[in-house]
Amino acid sequence: MDFDFTDEQQAIRDTARALLASRAGGERADGAELWRELCELGWPGIAIPERHGGQGLGLVELAILAEQLGSACAQVPLLGTTLAALTLDLAGSDEQCERWLPPLASGELTGALAFAGAAQLVPDATPDGLAVALDPAIFAGALFEHGAIERVEAIDPRRAHGRLLAGLRDGDPLPGDVTAARDRALVVVAAELVGLCRRALDLTVSYVKERRQFGVPVGSFQAVQHAAAQMLRDTEAAAVATYHAAWCADAAPEGLPLAAAMAKAAASDAGRSVTSAAIQLHGGIGFTWEADLHWLFKRAQVDAAYLGGGGAQRARVAGLIAPRRQPAGAAA
Amino acid sequence: MDLTFTEREQAFRDELRAWLAGHEPGPEPRGDEDAHYAWRRDWQRELHEGGWAGVHWPVEYGGRGATLTESAIFFEELGHARAPLPANALGLLLGGPTLMVWGDEEQKERFLAPILSAEEIWCQGFSEPDAGSDLAAIKTRAVPDGDDWVVTGQKVWTSTAQYAKWCMLVARTEPGSVKHKGLTYFLLDMEQDGVEVVPLKQITGESEFNELFLDGARIPAENVIGGVGNGWKVALTTLMNERAGLAFFLQVRLRQQLDRLIEAAAANGTLEDARTADRLADLHVRTELLRLMAWKGLSTIERYGQPGPEGSLTKWLWSETNQLLVQTAVDVVGDEALEAGTSWSFELLRARGNSIEGGTTEILKNIVAERVLGLPRAR
Repeated sequence: MDFDFTDEQQAIRDTARALLASRAGGERADGAELWRELCELGWPGIAIPERHGGQGLGLVELAILAEQLGSACAQVPLLGTTLAALTLDLAGSDEQCERWLPPLASGELTGALAFAGAAQLVPDATPDGLAVALDPAIFAGALFEHGAIERVEAIDPRRAHGRLLAGLRDGDPLPGDVTAARDRALVVVAAELVGLCRRALDLTVSYVKERRQFGVPVGSFQAVQHAAAQMLRDTEAAAVATYHAAWCADAAPEGLPLAAAMAKAAASDAGRSVTSAAIQLHGGIGFTWEADLHWLFKRAQVDAAYLGGGGAQRARVAGLIAPRRQPAGAAA
Repeated sequence: MDLTFTEREQAFRDELRAWLAGHEPGPEPRGDEDAHYAWRRDWQRELHEGGWAGVHWPVEYGGRGATLTESAIFFEELGHARAPLPANALGLLLGGPTLMVWGDEEQKERFLAPILSAEEIWCQGFSEPDAGSDLAAIKTRAVPDGDDWVVTGQKVWTSTAQYAKWCMLVARTEPGSVKHKGLTYFLLDMEQDGVEVVPLKQITGESEFNELFLDGARIPAENVIGGVGNGWKVALTTLMNERAGLAFFLQVRLRQQLDRLIEAAAANGTLEDARTADRLADLHVRTELLRLMAWKGLSTIERYGQPGPEGSLTKWLWSETNQLLVQTAVDVVGDEALEAGTSWSFELLRARGNSIEGGTTEILKNIVAERVLGLPRAR
């Protein structure tokens, strides 16, 4: 068993980390400029097949990128664009793929993924972007060129949000299997949540080592230490579940539905608890606009609920585990 | 990333599974601890005859020379087969590996083989009434007398002491020394005057553990392990071996308990209740996370020679999850779980020890905070 990233995957992670560290942060950071740079690097198309203008890499690579974007809380429409693209790739017709994947891969068109029926907040959904909607309950999906999205001001102002106005029937139907797309989308959102958690934990560990009260660093108090340890446990658990699910998508897809639901359940809960604990352990400064923590908390709140939170995922897990078991000693 | 087993590992699992299929431990005796222990001793003899007693021991010491992964597979399969841990688990998992690191040639020659065959059972004399989480606060004294050391003091939580021939004993050999200095690691012969074993009745009504009263017990000088005054380092080797293999056995047991509970919930209709379904799904997620974290931790040790953060997190997550599981069971199976003598009531009571034994949850959190996150020492 090897949980390590390959050299190529590590290179993707390190490049993304270095680039985003130098660009992201702050309310006034220029998202448009960063998006141009990411498009030049071909990131929107990382998991889009090469014949459609992408890099043809797998879900592990996309998850690595999503984690870094979460960590930087970046102001770019990469999440929605990659989710729309992977859904089209799996469930779209040849014509739909040929028409829409190249502009999504190059980033000249942005996209978003919504669940039909529910009036939900959709990250990166804009009236002039491409919207893809799924209803996994009836195995159906559709795409909407324009006019189907209404803008919504969400608690996270660093990202555009919208709401799907139309029903599935009003769009251009996707002929393929939308459940596989749904599962992959859950993993990518989980990866972004893992990044948000890691950043919240890093900021908190640095802060409690520096901040002194009663003449000592507050990080020497057990009450603080134990809360930080819980943050690490939640983060590591979400991370291992997420990359396990991403690996399943690429190498063992029969295990993906359960693995993806577990990953999103773990990551949604971790996203909420870890970013909340980060604010708490920062004390008063954590509650201010000036500290960067609220960006993480806000994005984590939206991501945790997006495509179904912990409760919704556990309801799926319960359904999946009730009739059958995992075979004893099966591969992870 | 490649979350599959190698062909060699799979072959190891297949061979073991085939062997286990032909060598069942027989029905588990209930209610009689001596009979239960004899059953586990017979089981180890059978493992030994099949060459499976010391899978992780090097071949030169009579083991199978298995890798860490294969050793973990061994414990997983033992769990799947509902076989017990071998009777001499403390000797196999802790004593033997410690001796391989710190023992001299004569000691290895003398002590290792009878551990494997379950001829000589081992127990662990570390904890004391005033040295629990603060293990370095050991007060038991050993003073030289001719070629012997003479030991006086009290140990506690000594499981299998009533069956043991040898005790891994840590005692203070430098008068007036404090904390981890001045300690020495001994092998104490349990079959002598001056050693008294008193069973400690626990909340389940059973006595898995004992108190050990030492009053003038004698240890020959050749039974010092790793040198006089070096006891803390030797003890750390023992403690580091404590969790590795066991984690996989416990993780499989947790899986089996959860399957049993899900079956019960499906049978009595409580699985239809959304709140119960949510709790069971949460337990499933936790159990799977535990399995993944345990494998990730193991692969980190195998590749880099030292554990990642997972090692400290899995025991904490396991104990919390098992405690949640048994509490959920009370709601799922109902009053049966509160009636004396049922397996669920036993599990309910036994689980309370999980977050204390082998490192309390509070100590584990301290370890995570200080050694993994690098926070300043707690005050």
